[in-house]
Amino acid sequence: MTERRAFDEIMGQGDEADGRPEFAALARWIRETPLGELQRRQAAAEAAFRTLGITFAVYGEEEASERIIPFDIVPRVFTAGEWDGLQAGLEQRVLAINAFLDDVYGERRILSEGVVPAELILANPQFRTQVAGARPPHGIYAHICGIDLVRTGPQDFFVLEDNARTPSGVSYMLENREAMIRLCPELFEMFAVRPVDTYPDTLLETLRSVAPGHGGNEPVCVLLTPGHFNSAFYEHSFLADNLGIELVEAADLEVDDDFVWMRTIEGRVKVDVIYRRIDDDYIDPLWFRPDSMLGIPGLISAYLAGNVALANAPGTGIADDKAIYSYMPEIVKFYSGGEARLPNVETWRCREPEALRYTLDNLDKLVVKLVDGSGGYGMLVGPTATAAQIEDFRAALIAEPHRYIAQPTLALSTVPTLVEQGVAPRHVDFRPFCLTGTGGVKIVPGGLTRVALREGSLVVNSSQGGGTKDSLVLAPPRERQAQSQFQFQGRG
Amino acid sequence: MRLIIQHATIYSFAEPQSRLVQLLRVTPSSYAGQNVVDWQIDVDCDARLKAGRDGHGNETTMLYVNGPIRRIRVAVAGEVLTDDKAGMVGGSPEPLPPILYTRPSPYAAPDRAIAEFAAAALADAGDPLGAMHALMAGIHRRIAFDQAPPANRVRTAAEAFAADKGSYLDHAHVMIAAARSLGLPTRFVSGYLFRSNDDGPRRAGHGWAEVHVPDYGWIGFDAVNDHCPDANYVRVATGLDHGEAAPLLGARTGGGSEYLEVSVSVTAPEVTA
Repeated sequence: MTERRAFDEIMGQGDEADGRPEFAALARWIRETPLGELQRRQAAAEAAFRTLGITFAVYGEEEASERIIPFDIVPRVFTAGEWDGLQAGLEQRVLAINAFLDDVYGERRILSEGVVPAELILANPQFRTQVAGARPPHGIYAHICGIDLVRTGPQDFFVLEDNARTPSGVSYMLENREAMIRLCPELFEMFAVRPVDTYPDTLLETLRSVAPGHGGNEPVCVLLTPGHFNSAFYEHSFLADNLGIELVEAADLEVDDDFVWMRTIEGRVKVDVIYRRIDDDYIDPLWFRPDSMLGIPGLISAYLAGNVALANAPGTGIADDKAIYSYMPEIVKFYSGGEARLPNVETWRCREPEALRYTLDNLDKLVVKLVDGSGGYGMLVGPTATAAQIEDFRAALIAEPHRYIAQPTLALSTVPTLVEQGVAPRHVDFRPFCLTGTGGVKIVPGGLTRVALREGSLVVNSSQGGGTKDSLVLAPPRERQAQSQFQFQGRG
Repeated sequence: MRLIIQHATIYSFAEPQSRLVQLLRVTPSSYAGQNVVDWQIDVDCDARLKAGRDGHGNETTMLYVNGPIRRIRVAVAGEVLTDDKAGMVGGSPEPLPPILYTRPSPYAAPDRAIAEFAAAALADAGDPLGAMHALMAGIHRRIAFDQAPPANRVRTAAEAFAADKGSYLDHAHVMIAAARSLGLPTRFVSGYLFRSNDDGPRRAGHGWAEVHVPDYGWIGFDAVNDHCPDANYVRVATGLDHGEAAPLLGARTGGGSEYLEVSVSVTAPEVTA
């Protein structure tokens, strides 16, 4: 029901065969390219991803399996104007996230002024006592944010989640684009698409910019991975390769005299910046979980001494905690001085008695989420849930209301997607990657579009049967000529 | 009271270690009621020490040793002047507000049994301060003090509450979990205790709980002794539980087993003389 009324980003809301005028060429392409040809190209892309080893492990399955995330050959497109609006909103959001982190780990002005309840921050395990009072090099905490957006209409974008810890998925943005340019070159003649392959350079520049001190030598940056058993290991090695930095595991690093060193065959090399893809809990067994085998003893001491930058800094999880999310509009306003350009999805905090009552009365209409859950686990989608699932959640909510938030079931926008029966609308979300260094916020025009492949499904998580699409951001009309030339030059 | 403290920790390794990294929280701060006159850390090998401070305001020392090394002795010694404040803590460095200490922590998360125990104490006492004294006495009665040093693995409050005997860590963690289940900010304190009837060096330091009681502020509760800290106590480090306030946490590269020896002596020259 929701899906029939949802806004389709290519076809619009009406019944016109060619959909939104700005994307009429794409609608024609979808209609005129034979289904078998689309299927062939999609299969070719997926075969390439399999060969590359772009796989992820699904948790909680009987046979832990390595799968590729399904790829959809039909891209999603943003106009230049849409992107400008998004970019301004995202920039405001990540600047506010960094200001918030600097404040809560420092002066705590936002708490003393009563904008956010102090208890919600300080009594939250995501507020890391280990790093309270410490300021990272250059005062930047969340260098890489993957802000999840959803859309319900032409101008209606909402932030669903602020991923400010170790967001993943950017390798799909890059790999999907490569595949699309190779398999559907005509689309890049049809549209002036802004390139995304500047991401590795932009990320490297961001990482270098936050190196401690202003030493003369070029800062040494490394990417720290938990290892090849991690579900995102492919992305770790892909990024390290593309940035031209070392991919290291805990055993490759050591801390001495509060500095971090990398062991190499030529001897020890001092490390200035660590792009770490290990959670806080596992990063240093002396300061966090003592049973961690993935961490580096003393790493937090080096951080506290100001001798290494960790991207992202320890403790950023307090900014993307689901319990904090509902305060983000106030947080953005507090630090930016203006209204949030990108609104939140309306959220009921079940810790508040009235919100709990409303939630319990409307379980069949709402999406209920665990404040500390992720990846689509611990979540109830009311309209598609069974009576038994709803009753389970009711009991859980009554037992521990503070652990839950509820949101309306949004009529998420759709994008035409290749499914077994042909091309049909499927719900999508969008994760652009925002980089913050000393030079400000940089957002490569693109991101990860996730698509719920099951008809009517609103759950886009890869662990729950979601796929990905390329996300094309169009150049402003006057730049069209130059951009398309650049595109072809860049790709030979 | 003038207290002289000597605290030695010796690690012996079955295999030579190529590296040691240790995080020490062994340096007390001076504040009202506690004046650190002299304090030193002495290591019997070529170690590099780096001073720092953690989020709770504790002084930290990182210790780095390159091997090969089979044995290390870390000795802490000093002199502290203390006053009896009847358990009240005043003027200690407090970078974090009390509300932070209401959150559960790995070793001190209340379970249902502890929460019921705490609720009963509050119902009997009527007010939080009375309830804390009742809890302290109740834990003292319930868990017999085990002289043996804490096992390699620190027990959780729930495990300790189910046991009939335990170390000062167990008493403190149960006290913390119980007070937190009532919504009171509570933390772990590691430190030293002078016992006038002392029979020689002990094999462990000491630790207790501090509760932020409405209208009073932070007050210490030592459930092992059913006593609020007085001039016999030296506060060294605080944290949500032992994991954040332990005197010594270490990591080593080299494998094999280790043997730990701890010797703590607290003397009061004016009393014993």
